[in-house]
Amino acid sequence: MPRLKIDPEKEPTILISDVPISVNKTGTWRSIRPKIDREKCTNCMICWKFCPESCVTIDSGTPVIEMDYCKGCAICEEVCPLGCIEMEDEEGR
Amino acid sequence: MRKVLMGNHAASVAVGLARADVVSAYPITPQTQVIELLDELQTTGKWKGTFIRVESEHSAMAACLGAATAGARTFTASSSQGLAYMHEMLHWVAGARLPVVMVDINRALGAPWILWTDQTDSLSQRDTGWMQFYCSSNQEILDSVLMAYRVAEATLLPAMVVYDGFTLSHTYEPVDVPEQKLVDKFLPPLKYEYALDPKKAQAISSLALPKPFMRMRAKMDADMHRALDVFEEAANEFEKIFGRRYRVIEPYQCDDAETLLVTSGAVASTAQAAIDELRKEGHKAGNLKMRAFRPFPAAALRKTLKPAQKVAVVDRNYSQGHHGIFCEEMKSALYSLDERPEIYGFIAGLGGGDITIELLKEIWHETHEGRADKTNPVWMEDAR
Repeated sequence: MPRLKIDPEKEPTILISDVPISVNKTGTWRSIRPKIDREKCTNCMICWKFCPESCVTIDSGTPVIEMDYCKGCAICEEVCPLGCIEMEDEEGR
Repeated sequence: MRKVLMGNHAASVAVGLARADVVSAYPITPQTQVIELLDELQTTGKWKGTFIRVESEHSAMAACLGAATAGARTFTASSSQGLAYMHEMLHWVAGARLPVVMVDINRALGAPWILWTDQTDSLSQRDTGWMQFYCSSNQEILDSVLMAYRVAEATLLPAMVVYDGFTLSHTYEPVDVPEQKLVDKFLPPLKYEYALDPKKAQAISSLALPKPFMRMRAKMDADMHRALDVFEEAANEFEKIFGRRYRVIEPYQCDDAETLLVTSGAVASTAQAAIDELRKEGHKAGNLKMRAFRPFPAAALRKTLKPAQKVAVVDRNYSQGHHGIFCEEMKSALYSLDERPEIYGFIAGLGGGDITIELLKEIWHETHEGRADKTNPVWMEDAR
């Protein structure tokens, strides 16, 4: 087992990847998925604020969840004051 | 009863056996299972304490501070960035002389993003006034948590039990889980003499002038030194009750050794295997395991190490621009001796690289054969 034989001057200073983090599709982690009752939703934006993955968009009125990134953590279900988000089993997982 | 436990669960089981009143913690890899199991033990009624959910490690330690001020036996657990975030409260708890016990599961600090073990997280808390005990096996994790409560409550100093992320935290080993009534004998309920009493209005740790501040720090230092004796007493009692003996330093084949490794954490058990091989190959090799980092066991080191010996300190940690942290502490502890062993520093396994038997043997040979550098630390390649 050798010593570390390097020239520190030639080693990288910081770690840089040319792959953007957006390719990390965390949606594959999900075992349950949110289902939104759009009739009951008042567009209060609380799910948008609490989503730790920032994958809720509200541009179209009621929230749209970007399922490529939703990990199925159910925080939106927990914080929704009107209870209009319900978690369902993810098919095939 | 012998059970197969991961290191993290050995810690949680110990906290249950210690009948901790309050646990407050925030999850972080590789610590998470510690608090998951405690939560489960509470839900199933096997542990009767209170679990306070918080939004950060800073708040977790703040909750422990509050609960301990009211006289509760408290616990928390963290790693890496989480421990760093807790740093401010570590000082507050130590200064207020609260016997909080926590585990730190070693994980290197970012940037860059890193998950695996090294000791720079816990050793960065060196000057907070917390005791630190490093573990080499899952049995030692369970036992060290019990010992930590005993020593902390007898000295009114908080204690951190430290073990390697993944190498111990996620590895399953047989662990002797002692009976509750034996633990109760070793660890009676905490009677904290300064406990806040709602019937008596008080302000605790309010503004101090320099004179009393200086005196309180000197008292704290005296108690930190006294903790070495308290540890011995607790270890005697622990051995009587549970049949296992712990020491602040643990020499292995050191008496006639010409060259010694100095190791801590899980590496210390690998080092024993390396010493066995070196001995078989005809070398006078030994290993000195450091269990206590604070209080620093300087007197025990001065007694154990001989001037003719060469000492190779293996540090899985680093103080940038200087040395491995155990190495610099070791040098400072022995400097006042007229005749002292030669001390060499090696840096290995930062960010979780394997420290194998072969690597430790190479370090031993470099030192024994005079190839090591007496002034500067030698960096070793990742064994994988």
